Amino acid sequence: MMTQMKEQWFGNVKGDVLSGIVVALALIPEAIAFSIIAGVDPMVGLYASFTIAIVTSIFGGRPAMISGATGAMALLMLPLVKDYGLDYLLAATIVTGIIQYIFGALKVARLMKFIPRAVMIGFVNALAILIFTSQIPHFIGISTMTYVFVIITLIIIYVLPRFTTAIPAPLVAIVVLTAIAIFGDYNLGTVGDLGEVTRQLPSFIIPNVPFTFETLGIILPYAIALSIVGLLESLLTATIVDDITDTESNKNKESRGQGLANVVTGFFGGMAGCAMIGQSIINVKSGGRKRLSSFVAGIFLMFLILALGNVVIQIPMPVLVGIMIMVSIGTFDWGSFKYLKNAPKSDAIIMLATVGIVVYTHDLSQGVLAGVVLSAIFFVAKISIVKVDTKTTADLTTYWVRGQVFFASVDSFTQGFDYSVENQIIDIDFNEAHIWDDSAVFAIDKVVIKLRKNHNTVNLKNLNTQSQELVEKLAIFDDPNAKPAAH
Amino acid sequence: MYKNILLAVDGSEHSLRSTEEAIKLHDSSDDAHIDVVYVADYDKAKYDVLHAHDKEELEAKRRKKLLPIEKMLKDNNVTHTYHLLHGDPGPTIVAFANKGNYDLLVIGSRGLSKFQKMVLGSVSHKVVKQANCPVFVVK
Repeated sequence: MMTQMKEQWFGNVKGDVLSGIVVALALIPEAIAFSIIAGVDPMVGLYASFTIAIVTSIFGGRPAMISGATGAMALLMLPLVKDYGLDYLLAATIVTGIIQYIFGALKVARLMKFIPRAVMIGFVNALAILIFTSQIPHFIGISTMTYVFVIITLIIIYVLPRFTTAIPAPLVAIVVLTAIAIFGDYNLGTVGDLGEVTRQLPSFIIPNVPFTFETLGIILPYAIALSIVGLLESLLTATIVDDITDTESNKNKESRGQGLANVVTGFFGGMAGCAMIGQSIINVKSGGRKRLSSFVAGIFLMFLILALGNVVIQIPMPVLVGIMIMVSIGTFDWGSFKYLKNAPKSDAIIMLATVGIVVYTHDLSQGVLAGVVLSAIFFVAKISIVKVDTKTTADLTTYWVRGQVFFASVDSFTQGFDYSVENQIIDIDFNEAHIWDDSAVFAIDKVVIKLRKNHNTVNLKNLNTQSQELVEKLAIFDDPNAKPAAH
Repeated sequence: MYKNILLAVDGSEHSLRSTEEAIKLHDSSDDAHIDVVYVADYDKAKYDVLHAHDKEELEAKRRKKLLPIEKMLKDNNVTHTYHLLHGDPGPTIVAFANKGNYDLLVIGSRGLSKFQKMVLGSVSHKVVKQANCPVFVVK
């Protein structure tokens, strides 16, 4: 136990410290930009990224995964902040954490399996689209210089890594362009226009909300949505980190860790967060493998806030916009277009519906729920089709039944037969079918009795054991006086 | 001649051609052995995970890309071992090659990505520059 702990923390000290520093540098612009998306001061996102990174590094289930303030969560909380203010957001953050911890304790992670791929693809695409559209008010129609700065930022972000990846390119864009903006007078909006940056450690506060059921009624819907979206993104990220590091992780422990992180964050003035795909990949790429990497990321982030708080407020908004456009491009699943072409129609529809509902409601959790319900409906529709093939020779007609025969599929089963034939031997082969319920047996009765009416000899063949038992128990076609209505 | 051959592949047209050449080299000396290495790119991990239902499917999908190569090796009775690595393709191949004791590394001149066709095989370029053993770049 002790040696395992030691390995998880200090198994890769040099790589972890270096990658943690790189991640901290990459976290700053995103934490600020996500705060602006959520409609709160930059400090709320920066504190969140600090506490979440630290707490998940200790209690999370996936070493080397980076968690902090995220776009998915920020987008959800905007209406709450607008209508009720920061304190309600902090309260919602704490409740989110409690819900996530309970989910983790109940081992809800395995339910993730039931979220179809199409919904997950829709989720990331919708997220990408929302992050992009959230930036539009910050750069469309403001000034020519704003466009110029956005474009230069994007050029730096995408061209610089071709030459060096030692320093995160977004950070280079920030440093260079902030310096240019300070010395030239371009009249650009800055982070300082949108809120304060205080050079202080976060302190313990109890959110200033009335402790009533009314308050709970306000924050609970947000907390539930935040819990679902946070866990969804965190567990997706954990799976990606599992893959690229070729290791396993404990998803339920991660859910509990995310929960604890959000509880702590709410009490320290931060907004709810979750794992970040992009930052986690940066961490692994930069050599991070163990818990120490995310811990160092959190500590170094705090150090940077304390040291550089004054500079942070001078960052021109268009640079952050450029970075958010990069995040949006990186979040989008560019394989989706091929997927739309190749995947089954129903999956394509589920994916598009998930995206559509999220973009319409601005709520990722509603898109996911709708996507899951829609796939369940499609699934039932798909398996409720029973195929009946037929082959006729001189004196024998054989029907092959394929599929699941149950209440939703009996119509397609009974319609597969020709009831006009007379004086024939008819075999019904169930080799590739399964009889599930009373309705299915009733349908068989109906078919057999109808066929026998015309003096045909009907044999049921190759029923599997379970189907056979059900038919023997419930079927009435062998009763000479039987009418289907007896069921 | 070349006994320990490292063949770096990505499932592209070029890696099929490099497999052909590697087989020729393999057949030219007795008890030669080919190590096939495939690198799953960090930057494609999100795509791979999103589009596979679970770990097994993910593994199967990656394996499928290399089926034509494995078939070629099998059909020619080449003794080979398969390695799946994760990372940035260039540096990961170099690190793997330099860790092992290889007489030769065989690699395609460029890979799958359309973008790379303009830049001309950044992976093979890196490998040629940084690998310690001789490198055979197949056009």
